[in-house]
Amino acid sequence: MSEIFVAIFSLSGAIFILLAAIGLIRMPDAYLRISVTTKAATLGIGLLLIAAAIHFKDFSITSRVLAIILFILLTAPISGHLIGRASYFSGVKLWKDSIMDDMAGKYSKATQELKSENVEKLKKIKKEKSETKLIKKDPAK
Amino acid sequence: MTLHEFINYLVVPILSIAVLLIMYRFIKGPSIVDRVIALDLIITTGIGFIAAYSILTNRPSFLDVSMILALIAFLGTVAFSYYIQKRNK
Repeated sequence: MSEIFVAIFSLSGAIFILLAAIGLIRMPDAYLRISVTTKAATLGIGLLLIAAAIHFKDFSITSRVLAIILFILLTAPISGHLIGRASYFSGVKLWKDSIMDDMAGKYSKATQELKSENVEKLKKIKKEKSETKLIKKDPAK
Repeated sequence: MTLHEFINYLVVPILSIAVLLIMYRFIKGPSIVDRVIALDLIITTGIGFIAAYSILTNRPSFLDVSMILALIAFLGTVAFSYYIQKRNK
Protein backbone atom coordinates (compact mmCIF):
# COMPACT_ATOMS: atom_id res chain seq x y z
CA MET A 1 0.00 0.00 0.00
CA SER A 2 2.72 2.45 0.88
CA GLU A 3 4.51 1.62 -2.38
CA ILE A 4 1.60 3.11 -4.33
CA PHE A 5 1.89 6.35 -2.36
CA VAL A 6 5.66 6.42 -2.90
CA ALA A 7 5.13 5.92 -6.64
CA ILE A 8 2.46 8.65 -6.88
CA PHE A 9 4.44 11.20 -4.86
CA SER A 10 7.76 10.55 -6.61
CA LEU A 11 6.21 10.66 -10.09
CA SER A 12 4.33 13.90 -9.42
CA GLY A 13 7.47 15.44 -7.93
CA ALA A 14 9.50 14.50 -10.99
CA ILE A 15 6.79 15.89 -13.28
CA PHE A 16 6.77 19.20 -11.39
CA ILE A 17 10.56 19.46 -11.74
CA LEU A 18 10.20 18.74 -15.47
CA LEU A 19 7.58 21.52 -15.70
CA ALA A 20 10.00 23.89 -13.97
CA ALA A 21 12.67 22.98 -16.53
CA ILE A 22 10.25 23.52 -19.44
CA GLY A 23 9.22 26.86 -17.95
CA LEU A 24 12.86 27.87 -17.65
CA ILE A 25 13.23 27.36 -21.39
CA ARG A 26 9.88 28.74 -22.55
CA MET A 27 9.62 31.91 -20.43
CA PRO A 28 10.68 35.05 -22.30
CA ASP A 29 12.20 37.01 -19.43
CA ALA A 30 14.65 36.53 -16.55
CA TYR A 31 12.06 37.64 -13.96
CA LEU A 32 9.42 35.20 -15.21
CA ARG A 33 12.06 32.46 -15.15
CA ILE A 34 12.81 33.26 -11.50
CA SER A 35 9.11 33.04 -10.63
CA VAL A 36 8.75 29.67 -12.39
CA THR A 37 11.78 28.03 -10.82
CA THR A 38 11.12 29.12 -7.24
CA LYS A 39 7.55 27.76 -7.20
CA ALA A 40 7.48 24.62 -9.32
CA ALA A 41 10.89 23.29 -8.28
CA THR A 42 10.15 23.79 -4.59
CA LEU A 43 6.91 21.81 -4.88
CA GLY A 44 8.60 19.04 -6.89
CA ILE A 45 11.46 18.64 -4.42
CA GLY A 46 9.03 18.61 -1.51
CA LEU A 47 6.97 15.83 -3.10
CA LEU A 48 10.06 13.72 -3.87
CA LEU A 49 11.36 14.09 -0.31
CA ILE A 50 7.92 13.18 1.10
CA ALA A 51 8.02 10.04 -1.05
CA ALA A 52 11.36 9.13 0.53
CA ALA A 53 9.93 9.75 4.02
CA ILE A 54 6.94 7.47 3.30
CA HIS A 55 9.22 4.77 1.94
CA PHE A 56 11.52 4.53 4.97
CA LYS A 57 8.82 4.83 7.71
CA ASP A 58 11.33 5.99 10.30
CA PHE A 59 10.96 8.89 12.71
CA SER A 60 14.56 10.13 12.36
CA ILE A 61 14.36 10.13 8.56
CA THR A 62 10.97 11.84 8.56
CA SER A 63 12.29 14.61 10.81
CA ARG A 64 15.33 15.00 8.54
CA VAL A 65 13.08 15.25 5.48
CA LEU A 66 10.88 17.84 7.21
CA ALA A 67 13.98 19.87 8.08
CA ILE A 68 15.13 19.83 4.44
CA ILE A 69 11.66 20.83 3.18
CA LEU A 70 11.42 23.65 5.74
CA PHE A 71 14.88 24.88 4.76
CA ILE A 72 13.99 24.90 1.05
CA LEU A 73 10.65 26.61 1.71
CA LEU A 74 12.48 29.32 3.69
CA THR A 75 15.39 29.90 1.32
CA ALA A 76 13.79 29.63 -2.15
CA PRO A 77 11.83 32.93 -1.96
CA ILE A 78 14.82 34.73 -0.41
CA SER A 79 17.20 33.64 -3.13
CA GLY A 80 14.61 34.44 -5.80
CA HIS A 81 14.11 37.93 -4.40
CA LEU A 82 17.87 38.54 -4.14
CA ILE A 83 18.64 37.45 -7.68
CA GLY A 84 15.68 39.44 -9.04
CA ARG A 85 16.86 42.57 -7.22
CA ALA A 86 20.42 42.10 -8.49
CA SER A 87 19.21 41.54 -12.04
CA TYR A 88 17.00 44.67 -11.96
CA PHE A 89 19.87 46.76 -10.66
CA SER A 90 22.29 45.37 -13.22
CA GLY A 91 19.94 46.46 -15.99
CA VAL A 92 18.31 43.26 -17.23
CA LYS A 93 15.41 44.38 -19.39
CA LEU A 94 11.79 43.35 -18.90
CA TRP A 95 9.83 41.43 -21.49
CA LYS A 96 8.45 43.71 -24.21
CA ASP A 97 4.84 42.75 -23.34
CA SER A 98 5.18 43.32 -19.59
CA ILE A 99 2.56 45.79 -18.41
CA MET A 100 3.79 47.12 -15.08
CA ASP A 101 7.18 48.20 -13.75
CA ASP A 102 6.76 49.46 -10.19
CA MET A 103 10.43 50.32 -9.84
CA ALA A 104 10.54 52.57 -12.92
CA GLY A 105 12.09 55.91 -12.04
CA LYS A 106 12.68 55.03 -8.40
CA TYR A 107 16.22 53.82 -8.84
CA SER A 108 19.18 55.86 -9.99
CA LYS A 109 21.87 53.74 -11.57
CA ALA A 110 24.66 56.27 -11.08
CA THR A 111 24.38 56.50 -7.28
CA GLN A 112 22.74 53.07 -6.73
CA GLU A 113 20.10 54.63 -4.49
CA LEU A 114 16.50 53.57 -4.12
CA LYS A 115 14.00 56.34 -3.48
CA SER A 116 12.02 54.29 -1.01
CA GLU A 117 15.17 53.76 1.05
CA ASN A 118 15.98 57.48 1.61
CA VAL A 119 12.62 59.16 1.99
CA GLU A 120 13.84 61.53 4.71
CA LYS A 121 16.88 62.57 2.71
CA LEU A 122 14.72 63.37 -0.29
CA LYS A 123 12.32 65.37 1.89
CA LYS A 124 15.25 67.43 3.20
CA ILE A 125 16.43 68.15 -0.34
CA LYS A 126 12.91 69.16 -1.34
CA LYS A 127 12.62 71.51 1.68
CA GLU A 128 15.94 73.16 0.87
CA LYS A 129 14.89 73.62 -2.73
CA SER A 130 11.58 75.21 -1.78
CA GLU A 131 13.34 77.53 0.69
CA THR A 132 15.81 78.67 -1.92
CA LYS A 133 12.91 79.32 -4.29
CA LEU A 134 11.19 81.49 -1.66
CA ILE A 135 14.39 83.47 -1.11
CA LYS A 136 14.75 84.02 -4.83
CA LYS A 137 11.16 85.11 -5.19
CA ASP A 138 11.29 87.71 -2.36
CA PRO A 139 13.68 90.25 -3.92
CA ALA A 140 11.69 90.14 -7.13
CA LYS A 141 8.72 91.47 -5.22
CA MET B 1 5.99 -3.44 -11.97
CA THR B 2 7.88 -3.10 -8.72
CA LEU B 3 8.76 0.19 -7.10
CA HIS B 4 12.41 -0.16 -8.13
CA GLU B 5 11.51 -0.58 -11.78
CA PHE B 6 9.05 2.31 -11.55
CA ILE B 7 11.69 4.69 -10.19
CA ASN B 8 14.39 3.36 -12.50
CA TYR B 9 12.37 3.63 -15.70
CA LEU B 10 10.08 6.60 -15.01
CA VAL B 11 11.21 8.98 -12.26
CA VAL B 12 14.96 9.08 -12.91
CA PRO B 13 14.60 9.52 -16.72
CA ILE B 14 12.16 12.40 -16.20
CA LEU B 15 14.64 14.07 -13.87
CA SER B 16 17.43 13.48 -16.40
CA ILE B 17 15.40 15.14 -19.16
CA ALA B 18 14.77 18.07 -16.82
CA VAL B 19 18.52 18.44 -16.18
CA LEU B 20 19.20 18.36 -19.94
CA LEU B 21 16.60 21.09 -20.55
CA ILE B 22 18.10 23.20 -17.76
CA MET B 23 21.60 22.68 -19.20
CA TYR B 24 20.33 24.10 -22.52
CA ARG B 25 19.27 27.30 -20.75
CA PHE B 26 22.55 27.29 -18.78
CA ILE B 27 24.61 27.23 -21.98
CA LYS B 28 22.40 29.53 -24.07
CA GLY B 29 21.17 31.96 -21.37
CA PRO B 30 21.38 35.54 -22.69
CA SER B 31 22.42 37.15 -19.41
CA ILE B 32 24.43 35.99 -16.42
CA VAL B 33 21.27 36.07 -14.28
CA ASP B 34 19.71 33.29 -16.36
CA ARG B 35 22.82 31.18 -15.82
CA VAL B 36 22.67 31.71 -12.06
CA ILE B 37 19.00 30.67 -12.01
CA ALA B 38 19.78 27.59 -14.12
CA LEU B 39 22.63 26.62 -11.79
CA ASP B 40 20.35 26.97 -8.78
CA LEU B 41 17.73 24.79 -10.46
CA ILE B 42 20.33 22.15 -11.41
CA ILE B 43 21.43 21.83 -7.77
CA THR B 44 17.76 21.67 -6.68
CA THR B 45 17.18 18.86 -9.20
CA GLY B 46 20.22 17.12 -7.71
CA ILE B 47 18.39 17.03 -4.38
CA GLY B 48 15.52 15.25 -6.15
CA PHE B 49 17.98 12.79 -7.70
CA ILE B 50 19.40 12.03 -4.27
CA ALA B 51 15.92 11.44 -2.83
CA ALA B 52 15.05 9.03 -5.68
CA TYR B 53 18.41 7.28 -5.32
CA SER B 54 18.00 6.82 -1.58
CA ILE B 55 14.65 5.09 -2.24
CA LEU B 56 16.30 2.98 -4.94
CA THR B 57 19.21 1.77 -2.81
CA ASN B 58 17.42 1.72 0.57
CA ARG B 59 20.11 3.91 2.11
CA PRO B 60 18.63 6.88 3.98
CA SER B 61 22.05 8.34 4.80
CA PHE B 62 22.07 9.93 1.31
CA LEU B 63 19.49 12.41 2.58
CA ASP B 64 22.21 14.14 4.65
CA VAL B 65 23.95 15.00 1.40
CA SER B 66 20.76 16.56 0.04
CA MET B 67 20.59 18.85 3.10
CA ILE B 68 24.14 20.06 2.43
CA LEU B 69 23.27 20.56 -1.26
CA ALA B 70 20.26 22.72 -0.36
CA LEU B 71 22.54 24.88 1.82
CA ILE B 72 25.12 25.21 -0.94
CA ALA B 73 22.48 26.19 -3.51
CA PHE B 74 21.20 28.99 -1.27
CA LEU B 75 24.69 30.25 -0.42
CA GLY B 76 25.75 30.14 -4.07
CA THR B 77 22.74 32.16 -5.22
CA VAL B 78 23.26 34.76 -2.48
CA ALA B 79 26.95 35.11 -3.31
CA PHE B 80 26.29 35.40 -7.05
CA SER B 81 23.62 38.07 -6.57
CA TYR B 82 25.93 39.99 -4.20
CA TYR B 83 28.71 40.07 -6.76
CA ILE B 84 26.39 40.87 -9.68
CA GLN B 85 25.18 43.91 -7.71
CA LYS B 86 28.72 44.90 -6.68
CA ARG B 87 30.05 44.63 -10.24
CA ASN B 88 27.95 47.54 -11.45
CA LYS B 89 29.35 50.10 -9.00
